[in-house]
Amino acid sequence: MSKDNRKKIRESLAKRNRSERHFQWFGKLGVILGLAAVVLLFVDIISKGSGAFRATYIQLEIEYDPDAIGVLDVNDTEELIFANWQNFAKKSLRDLFPEVTKRGEKRKLNNLVSEGAGFDFRDQLTQSPNLWGTKETLWILADDDIDTYYKSWLDDDPFSARLTSEQIKWIDQLHSKGLIALKFNTKFFERGDSREPEQAGIKGALIGSFFTLVLTLLMSFPMGVTAAIYLEEFAPKNKWTDLIEVNINNLAAVPSIIFGLLGLAIFINFFGIPRSIPVLGAIVLALMTLPTIIITSRAAIKSVPPSIREAALGVGASKFQTTLHHVLPLSLPGMLTGAIIGMARALGETAPLLMIGMVAFIVDIPGGFTDPATVLPVQIFLWIDSPERAFVEKTSAAIIILLSFLMVMNFIAVYLRKRLERRW
Amino acid sequence: MSNSKLSQSISTDGADPKISEQVLDVEKDLLSMESYSTIGNNLVEDAKMSVRNVNVFYGDKQAIFDVHMDIKKNEVIAMIGPSGCGKSTFLRTLNRMNDTIDSCVVSGEVTMDGENLYDPKLDVVELRARVGMVFQKPNPFPKSIFENVAYGPRLHGLADSKVDLDELVENSLKKAGLWEEAKDRLHQPGTGLSGGQQQRLCIARAIAVEPEVILMDEPCSALDPIATARIEELIEELSQNFTIAIVTHSMQQAARVSHRTAYFHLGKLIEVNPTETVFTMPEHKLTEAYITGRFG
Repeated sequence: MSKDNRKKIRESLAKRNRSERHFQWFGKLGVILGLAAVVLLFVDIISKGSGAFRATYIQLEIEYDPDAIGVLDVNDTEELIFANWQNFAKKSLRDLFPEVTKRGEKRKLNNLVSEGAGFDFRDQLTQSPNLWGTKETLWILADDDIDTYYKSWLDDDPFSARLTSEQIKWIDQLHSKGLIALKFNTKFFERGDSREPEQAGIKGALIGSFFTLVLTLLMSFPMGVTAAIYLEEFAPKNKWTDLIEVNINNLAAVPSIIFGLLGLAIFINFFGIPRSIPVLGAIVLALMTLPTIIITSRAAIKSVPPSIREAALGVGASKFQTTLHHVLPLSLPGMLTGAIIGMARALGETAPLLMIGMVAFIVDIPGGFTDPATVLPVQIFLWIDSPERAFVEKTSAAIIILLSFLMVMNFIAVYLRKRLERRW
Repeated sequence: MSNSKLSQSISTDGADPKISEQVLDVEKDLLSMESYSTIGNNLVEDAKMSVRNVNVFYGDKQAIFDVHMDIKKNEVIAMIGPSGCGKSTFLRTLNRMNDTIDSCVVSGEVTMDGENLYDPKLDVVELRARVGMVFQKPNPFPKSIFENVAYGPRLHGLADSKVDLDELVENSLKKAGLWEEAKDRLHQPGTGLSGGQQQRLCIARAIAVEPEVILMDEPCSALDPIATARIEELIEELSQNFTIAIVTHSMQQAARVSHRTAYFHLGKLIEVNPTETVFTMPEHKLTEAYITGRFG
């Protein structure tokens, strides 16, 4: 090589190396920005939401005295239904603070504990009637305003806007006696939605999401896989199948709210399926995930080497046998990861469900596929829309739960792919 | 194929330029010919398979032109010819493997024992059980060695019991010369074998359904010389029980294993003769040019 050429190469080398370095910098910058966004999101959400996993409880000594709630006969079920169960807590509070006598102050005092406490007493006594007449020391859930205040207790500027000075004084007294404390919030995982933030739980939405997703998977996976197999292995390649392919890709790009409108127009108005139920939600979400599953399944089928098909056909397998015995097992890992990613998308989907009434305020935990229900992302939407300050942490907690489910599903997808992948 | 491309396929390096020119002329003639006739003894008395007037098209492009040929019972017939000459396509018409290609159309008549293979009433599944195939690249299923061999017999219900099936698998592996190497690892994946072993496994898989004819599409092109020698030995042994049609790129291989050799050129069957004749006294100029290594 001539000296001249060597010099040229050396000169251009510096330039080449520089552009390579620049490219790496840009790549690293992108990765760092992405990671920073994820960290920021998690720090923010966890710092806001972790409070919801603990709740403020007040220790009260409860005497199960039928007189206190205006019941004459504890065996008369009708009388028990209309009994004022909350009075157990009220009486106990008045015993703690005997100096409170004014009517207005008494009401403020009663407001220290949750409105829902009475229902707990009722459930407790219906379950074990032998408690009547006994005394029990219980940790009773505090009202959401108290909860919010007590959680910000140590802050420079505790949130006391919704409390009177008396209430703050009472809380101080309770605190000094050790009668008020933060404990693990079991209700959050046992309850459905509620207008009272301290009573609101995630279980209704979790179960609703579960029912909806199970049905979505059952509807979309078999249909998507068979459609993919048909299109890839059996359908003739002509302009009609090209048209179908283009439209499946189009369908995958349709905004999800349109699928909600479809559900509203076709399934509610035309077929008369009741609104707000997991069956309907699942139909809509299945239609939404179907194209994704078809596309990923087709890609998985395409990646099976043709030599395997030829081998099977060569020993006299029919086309269907070739597909069932060889193509399907080999492409299943890819199909499964596609399905799980589709399901993860369906789990996080809100917009189409708003259209079909799954945004309703539902207190009861759904017991089946046809019970009115809501789902996790819609629950988040509902809570963030509520005015009470205590819902802020509930919302963040619900987001934490939703995100952890999504992460678990994505990990399963990665695991399955690694585990079932075959090399040849 | 355009003429310029055609002349590329004829290498003139180190050969007498005059002869090369002659060959080029013959090739040109062949291209322009409407009809041609195959030289040599392409038709035989006791044919296992008979091919008449076979034309194969891929869409608008014609790959095989008007082939007439017989395959004798228990013979090994080799198909040779330059790349793209249609020998593989021709082989695949014999078990209708071309059916899997949408654009492929076959006209003419292929019969086995007098039965038309392209009869719409004939089920290809049965045909492929009777005409087995071994492919260019070893393609065992990603399953155990046992499962690979047992797949065909299971499909067709050839074994009545587990013992039967075990015996069938053992016999097939023995015939394919793989038993000694595989007997201790029958339940390990077939894809874990070496390339040559994999190809013998594929042969065992093909003969497990006891076909009458075995088609081999360049079975040794992905193998090293030692593995190739083993397969060639095997072909000789198998020819006692099976009729074998083999496509090969290697003329030495054709010379070593086959009884008759068919030479294809540009989709036309130029010459069929006993292998010895083809390699010592080829009748056609193109055959001569090919076997003397002037192109291909």
